Amino acid sequence: MSALLPVLILATSLITAAITFFLPEASRVLRNALNLGGAVLKLGLIVAMLVAVAGGAVYEASLPLAPGLVLLLRVDAIALLFVSLSGTLWLLTTVYAIAYFGTKAHQSRFFGFFSLCVAATTGLAMSGSLISFFLFFELLTLSTWPLVAHKQDGASLRAARSYLLFALPGSAALLWAIIWLESATGPVLFTEPPDLSGLDPWELRAIFALFILGVGVKAALVPLHGWLPAAMAAPAPVSALLHAVAVVKAGAFGVIRVIYDVFGPQTVAALGVGVPLAALASLTIVWGSIRALQQDEIKKRLAFSTVSQVSYIVLGAALAGPYAMIGALVHLVHQGLMKITLFFCAGIYDERAGVKRIEGLNGLGARMPWTSACFSLGALGMIGLPPMAGFVSKVYLGLGALEAGAPWVLGVLAASTLLNAAYFLPLLYRLWFLPAAGDATGDERAPVLVAPAVVTAAASLGVGALAASAVSPLRWAELIITRGYLP
Amino acid sequence: MAALSIYALTGAALVGLGFFGLLAARHLLRRVVAFNLIGSGLFLYFGAAATRGAAPDPVPQALIITGIVVALAASALAVALVVAQVRAAGRATLPEEEDAP
Amino acid sequence: MSALLACLVLPLLGALAAVALPRRAVAAVLAGVVALTLVAAVGLAVAVHSGGVVRLALGGWSPPLGIALAADGLGAAFVLLTALVMAGVAAAARDEMTPQGAGPRAAFGFWPLMLLLWGALNAVFLSRDLFNLYVGIELLTLAAVALVAIGGRAEAIAAAMRYLIFALAGSLLYLAGVVLIYGAHGTLDIDLVAARDAAAPDGLALALMTAGLLVKTALFPFHVWLPPAHASAPAPASALLSALVPKASFVILLRLWFEAMPDLGTDRALLLLGVLGAAAILWGSLRALVQARLKLIVAYSTVAQLGYLFLVFPLAGGAAGAQPWTAGAWTGAIFQALSHGLAKAAMFLAAGLFMAAAGSDRLGALRGLARVMPMTAFAFALASVTLISLPPSGGFTAKYLLMTSSFAAGQWIWALVMTLGGLLTAGYLYRPMAALFAREGGEGVQTVARARQAVPLVLAGLAILLGILSAAPFDFLQIGRPEAAEEGP
Repeated sequence: MSALLPVLILATSLITAAITFFLPEASRVLRNALNLGGAVLKLGLIVAMLVAVAGGAVYEASLPLAPGLVLLLRVDAIALLFVSLSGTLWLLTTVYAIAYFGTKAHQSRFFGFFSLCVAATTGLAMSGSLISFFLFFELLTLSTWPLVAHKQDGASLRAARSYLLFALPGSAALLWAIIWLESATGPVLFTEPPDLSGLDPWELRAIFALFILGVGVKAALVPLHGWLPAAMAAPAPVSALLHAVAVVKAGAFGVIRVIYDVFGPQTVAALGVGVPLAALASLTIVWGSIRALQQDEIKKRLAFSTVSQVSYIVLGAALAGPYAMIGALVHLVHQGLMKITLFFCAGIYDERAGVKRIEGLNGLGARMPWTSACFSLGALGMIGLPPMAGFVSKVYLGLGALEAGAPWVLGVLAASTLLNAAYFLPLLYRLWFLPAAGDATGDERAPVLVAPAVVTAAASLGVGALAASAVSPLRWAELIITRGYLP
Repeated sequence: MAALSIYALTGAALVGLGFFGLLAARHLLRRVVAFNLIGSGLFLYFGAAATRGAAPDPVPQALIITGIVVALAASALAVALVVAQVRAAGRATLPEEEDAP
Repeated sequence: MSALLACLVLPLLGALAAVALPRRAVAAVLAGVVALTLVAAVGLAVAVHSGGVVRLALGGWSPPLGIALAADGLGAAFVLLTALVMAGVAAAARDEMTPQGAGPRAAFGFWPLMLLLWGALNAVFLSRDLFNLYVGIELLTLAAVALVAIGGRAEAIAAAMRYLIFALAGSLLYLAGVVLIYGAHGTLDIDLVAARDAAAPDGLALALMTAGLLVKTALFPFHVWLPPAHASAPAPASALLSALVPKASFVILLRLWFEAMPDLGTDRALLLLGVLGAAAILWGSLRALVQARLKLIVAYSTVAQLGYLFLVFPLAGGAAGAQPWTAGAWTGAIFQALSHGLAKAAMFLAAGLFMAAAGSDRLGALRGLARVMPMTAFAFALASVTLISLPPSGGFTAKYLLMTSSFAAGQWIWALVMTLGGLLTAGYLYRPMAALFAREGGEGVQTVARARQAVPLVLAGLAILLGILSAAPFDFLQIGRPEAAEEGP
């Protein structure tokens, strides 16, 4: 049983993908039922595992490939954090996507790659060894490309090409890092830190740099972030998934794995690579925010906001202390909930009111109150208004910075909060306080489209307000730290 | 030993001539002939160099006969291709070498 | 043992039947021969898997008098690859090589040539005698050249002629080496040559044979004949030529450098082979980047992909042998040959279907075809995944093994070349993919039956499967592995 569950959880999306590819375009009901069924089943399995893992259980399954290549799935607390996030948001995004696409063309292709993408994310979360992580990391690259290119117009194809232009060299760097490291240490499992004594410090620094280059592309670290704003040309459900769960989170999760499970916080500190990475993350946070401020398109502004927000996770990981790590882990979930809400809403504005640019938001709050309320909650959470989710993340990151003896990070957090407010509050002002243009239209008579946004908005309020309760992401992050990473 | 050397030297000379023809000739038929020269030279050398002691070694003879059959098949195909090339392009040289003499 | 013999004899008998029998009977006989040979190849693999190396002395004469045949893991794997690709090509060619589709002469000539090629390939993969290998590779060359010319267009005939000139020169060089070996040692059996006392002409003989085989494998800079030949043959023929034919001469090279004369592998010679391989990877990829026709892109990609095979020499070859990484490098190169065979066959067959639909293989004519032929486009994409060597494909396993070895051997420069090659591959395959998946275009093209579209998909899927289930083939390839590629302490 303990080997079967991780495989089953992967199968819920892999089998869904395999069948969906071959479904005729016209069989909508079957396709929707299949995808929803897969998502619900997966969520059920996740809940079962959450209960067991909270009680101390660990699930493992492995498939040996060629020597040195072992596919190892291992579900422990930290893996399950990411699995739960992706499982939950997959179900919601599937509901949203079904409503969003309605009767548009090429849905079998879309949902097939969509499921494949989630399978890759889940596998990546559950990877127990470095090489398994790489395998799923690449599967993710491959399955996201058709999603970004889905509309097949000029902008989408350009975005898809720029995605590959960034992602493939990133993959090459990651593979180099892995092979270089493993040629000295043997296969690296996340549970047992590798013996790094065979490599001299400069080699280790070079390997670390290659790792960060590899996962940094997906985490959209400046200057490797160029593909992300371009990728907003994809359909709204894809953007939502890309920015909240799949790609950028895979990168951020990779940073956490590299620092905590490959090198170990002590080695990172001893090599002196943590502070430069934290500085790079800080630069990304500020730069992303400044760029967001300059955008007039809603999705583009959100995209640069993602560049900035994901680096909170990188920052927390780079500070390499318990509090900072809790901040990073909890922000992995919090940012996902908040950002997916914002992208859901941006998609609804586009679909129901034809609004793509921020001027169009004027007065929309009155005509689309549910959507606008959700958007506002997400935005306020991003700014870090207590008791929203973003506030909890920032508190723990701040504590972590003090603990790590890097008080300058507090300045970065403060500046970022100000910038967040500067690029989000005008949107809220337009929504609620400015009069609508005379010819403005728009309604939200599409309950299935709006419902997922309401759920995620409520969740991003809930995880912040109820952070101290027994079942919050914060408690889970603390569990991870006390179990695995406290000396 | 002296007789052996004559065969071997003749074989080597044939190979040399053949390679010269292969490099210098543009006309495809000449090249086919050049190949056959190289092949014949090799077989002659083979028969000469592989003689051990007084008794003749039967293995090279068998191999040479096989080799000659193979070379014949190759020549037949080559000539057929030359004919096809002349029919298709009107000349018995390769396109990229047409301006050469 | 009977399976081994069947692998050699059945295709040759089939080739005779395809020429002699009346046309109406040919189709049924062909289907039977292909099916039976496939079964024999699988049977041979099973026998090798369960009982180790299968040996056969023809007529009961053992070497040095007789000629030995043997199927080790390497040979049996290539026999199986050949059978799979042949079966796929035969299924695809049933609809393509018809008198209406390809002209009466090509439709008649394709089948006996294909079977002749099959028999020759199996002979090369299973022979343990240097002269027998010569006959095999010569037969292979003749069948391959004829397959290039079969279309009958002027450019195809010129390409075939050029191919023949290169290939015959290669054969003669190889033959000269064989003659020298026999003159010095009085034997041509690989195992007996391995046990010989070193003699003066050995180095020259190995050099001559290697040079000849390099020409036939189209290693840079002897590759110039390959792209025009592979691009101007009919698509099913191109699939055979690209996927299988260069592998035969590569297998002979492996046999020479790892089994017959591993003691002659000096560092400098091995390095030279590696450098030529690296140059092939980079030059082939760069040339593929600038081609305007799909089949030329795929053909130059073959030049590049063959280069990876030659990295095995500096990584695993040489008298030093027995290093911890040699087995990985040796197996990695063979994985590369196998997965490239499957993927490249899929790619050429897919290109043939695109041409059948659009009437041309210019990239501009392919625009939007993915909408009309989603299965074929998907197959092309899957094959690309293997060639770019992204996981979880067989190509990834191959390059992972080679890269790991190059780091372990301290020769990371090869890893750099492989990485660059992978990125360049992504670059040159992106162009046809972008055209296929373009939104506009694709109107008014011929539709292609789904059954025909399934063949490349199956072959490309097998290339991926080779990566996902790589443990079993890896162990299989270790059966009868030469000592020179033995894993050291």
